[in-house]
Amino acid sequence: MTAILFIAQRASAAVLAFAVTVHLATILYAIRGGLTAGEVLARTRENHWFFAFYVLFVLMVSVHAPIGLRNVIREWTPWQGRSLDVVLALFALLLLATGFRAAAAMYLPPDVVVG
Amino acid sequence: MMRASHRQPGFVAALLHRLAGIALAIFLPLHFWALSGALSGADFLDKFLKITDTPLVKFAEGGIVVALALHMALGLRVLAIEFLPVRERTRIAISLCLAAGFAVGLMFLLNVV
Repeated sequence: MTAILFIAQRASAAVLAFAVTVHLATILYAIRGGLTAGEVLARTRENHWFFAFYVLFVLMVSVHAPIGLRNVIREWTPWQGRSLDVVLALFALLLLATGFRAAAAMYLPPDVVVG
Repeated sequence: MMRASHRQPGFVAALLHRLAGIALAIFLPLHFWALSGALSGADFLDKFLKITDTPLVKFAEGGIVVALALHMALGLRVLAIEFLPVRERTRIAISLCLAAGFAVGLMFLLNVV
């Protein structure tokens, strides 16, 4: 692993340690009593702090997960080189795109997201 | 054949860390796609929640929660080893990581089942 990937992996891990702790606490709080989707969205929509939090979360995940997968694939399989890096860069883009869309869907007003 | 080094706690920790990470990497795009359904309104999400309200899915969700908590705990162990001047007691550290992971998973399952 190159130095820059190593630093990116560790720095994103440090941010994610905090973010995952908040996320797990939120999950455990939110599922108490079995909320409906409507009740969940009524609480989350237009919560800009949580939107900013999950945008940061998605950014860090999009850095952390592809680098981790790269290490695993390079050590456990014969797949190396440029093609692996291209596929994992595309995976990072997939996480970014779907992650931002999910954060917007949950935390922004629907008219802002849909247009 | 299993090598002697594969029975070392550090190896087991690294293996669990990686397997949990792979599970999360597979799960994440699906999770994001499901949450994006909120764009279609609460009705879509409620239908999705109803379809997935089965014991098998709940158990799988619990597994993902365990994977997330375990991956984080084992990742904190890696960061501590690499960046802090600590001499690790490997077996105790890994036991604590496993306990934390399964405790969070249990709390989740007790709330959804």
